[in-house]
Amino acid sequence: MAHGRPSPYPYWFVAPAAVIFLTLFMMPTGASFWFALTRWDLYTADFIGLDNFRQFFKEPQLLNGLVNTVIYAVLTSVSKSVIGLLLAVLLTSGLYAQGFLRTVVFFPVLVSTIGIGLTFFQLMHPTKGAINLALEAIGLSKVGWLTTPWLALYSVALIDLWKGVGLATLIYIAGLASISPDYYEAARIDGATRVQQFWRITVPLVRPATVTVVTLSLIGGLRSFDIIWATTRGGPGFSSDVLASVIYKQYQAGFYGLSTAGNVILFLLIAAIVLPLTAWMNRREVDL
Amino acid sequence: MKKPNYSLALASAMALMANMAVAEVTLSISSDGNEQTTLALEALTAAYTAANPDVTFELETRPGGADGDNLVKTRLATGEMTDIFQYNSGSLFQALKPEVNLADLSDIQAGVIESFQPVVTSPDGVIRGVPFGAAMGGGIYYNIPIYEELGLSVPKTWADFMANNAAIAAAGKVAVIQTYGDTWSSQLFVLADYFNVQAANPTFAADYTNNAAKYASTPAAMRGFEYLQDVFAAGNLLNEDFAAAKFDDGVRMVATGEGAHYPMLTFALGNIQQNFAANVEDVGFFAQPGATAETNGLTVWMPSGLYVSQSSENADAAKAFLAFVASVEGCEIMIASAGATGPYLIKDCALPADVPRSVADMLPYFQTGATAPALEFLSPIKGPSLEQFTVEVGSGIRSAADAAALYDQDVEKQAQQLGLPNW
Repeated sequence: MAHGRPSPYPYWFVAPAAVIFLTLFMMPTGASFWFALTRWDLYTADFIGLDNFRQFFKEPQLLNGLVNTVIYAVLTSVSKSVIGLLLAVLLTSGLYAQGFLRTVVFFPVLVSTIGIGLTFFQLMHPTKGAINLALEAIGLSKVGWLTTPWLALYSVALIDLWKGVGLATLIYIAGLASISPDYYEAARIDGATRVQQFWRITVPLVRPATVTVVTLSLIGGLRSFDIIWATTRGGPGFSSDVLASVIYKQYQAGFYGLSTAGNVILFLLIAAIVLPLTAWMNRREVDL
Repeated sequence: MKKPNYSLALASAMALMANMAVAEVTLSISSDGNEQTTLALEALTAAYTAANPDVTFELETRPGGADGDNLVKTRLATGEMTDIFQYNSGSLFQALKPEVNLADLSDIQAGVIESFQPVVTSPDGVIRGVPFGAAMGGGIYYNIPIYEELGLSVPKTWADFMANNAAIAAAGKVAVIQTYGDTWSSQLFVLADYFNVQAANPTFAADYTNNAAKYASTPAAMRGFEYLQDVFAAGNLLNEDFAAAKFDDGVRMVATGEGAHYPMLTFALGNIQQNFAANVEDVGFFAQPGATAETNGLTVWMPSGLYVSQSSENADAAKAFLAFVASVEGCEIMIASAGATGPYLIKDCALPADVPRSVADMLPYFQTGATAPALEFLSPIKGPSLEQFTVEVGSGIRSAADAAALYDQDVEKQAQQLGLPNW
């Protein structure tokens, strides 16, 4: 928008929104930066400097949550964008029953996350779960999907992918629809193969959708909580703990200051990863 | 409607007048979702309303475990707690900031056995709770038909216990049931070993509270973690689904003979009676065996308490009800409704003669004085992550020594949060 053009609305038009934003969002955010520096029991808050943050980086199980958060977010974000794009290409290629299939892919997005978590907890049960019974029926050995320490986090990421890929697909379908068919026609006339068309036309021109999908799923992955809590509660032990579940557990234990410090760390982590990433991706878009 | 309904108007007017004549009170009660708790509360409130028609009740349940702790703390802090609530005694009670949040109940303690009072006393020395339910033992449930079939006898030492386990495993049966799907249930080998810890180190609780004794550096305290490790390391003792099984699975397995031993608190008897009534006499109980047969005794859990929240507007009515709960009459109603799962902490409240087998197994420890309270009733400190550490040791993810050392760090946070001296 051009500078210098006066807004047709007076400033007090924004007052109601500003009041709500300041009291319900800015004040708690500001307060959390203070409480993160205290030992707080909801009644009294003793200032203890950076001890809460020191505790976070000193305790192996808390630090482990931080590492897991990054692994989980990157894994779900990358897999959602790649599989989402492939599904979107498939579902815009004029398949039989295309509309129905789009609905099927999108459906898990509409189901409650807790419901999905509890369902997969049963499906992935080591002895009674449908997945392991199926593996056994075809002669493979059972897998402790949610109970093997190194595997649990990846199993949950897989569930998250199943649930979230529908939204990524939807965004990509919209992105693909905005690519003019002229490009493909020109490419075909020049003799480009389908694979070349995908890499040279689809992938670059669908970039705005990619930026949206990566940003949304990365933020979603970094603060993911409900699906982990419904399936493993961070277990076995601490092996699938992420920042959000660590924060919740500290809160449950009554360590309100430490829990708030965790929230501040999560806030800074999201800002530190997402801001440069979106800036970089948006700049690339201009370069095209 | 063409004609006004006079009879309805009259009825409302009469109801209004009745309201003015007797101050009607509705008391809200929050409790954990356990079936026995609900049965006992329903029976107690129904009996009380029958005797005092002006007092009615609204019962609500909350999730168990840490989710429930969270809810209770938050509701207390925001002044939104029910008039009365049921909650753990001991260290979890201490974490509620009782001197601020809970009403003084010292004038309704006449019927309460003195040994219960310290576990519901706030740091300022005021008694703020009455007992609800029976005292529990922490130990090991065993399936009697399996013991008879294999000719085993109740072990008095850990070595005997492991020998029994080996014999059971050799017979192709599940020797030890673990249910790490409910993480809290993984703590039993550590917590139920406290009788043996205090037998070896009589001052452990006080030293531990004063930051002078640690799990990792006290061999007797470490043993509980080592026991967990032993059972996993043996390789063939656990049920196949130990990592995902839940408490209800554990109860089913020990009751029906799918497994031989289930380390658990004796409140599980309520669930056995409810769901496996035919198998009640198939289940026996023994205290967790320790290093030597001479020091064999039971670690005891005090029952939970009922408390009145400081924000209640009906505190007097609530106290009158709790006085009824803490009387012989209230105690007998509880035994009739929720079962005789252990000794009650109410004076002159005797258990019926025909108690279930596992209770009969537990009573001799009380009669001979071979009991000690669990650590959480002697010290306000209990680290919140113990159940994760015990799952790790019990599943072979972490060694007993590492877990004990990390648990000592976990405990430090709790002590600092409570503002204890020397931390």
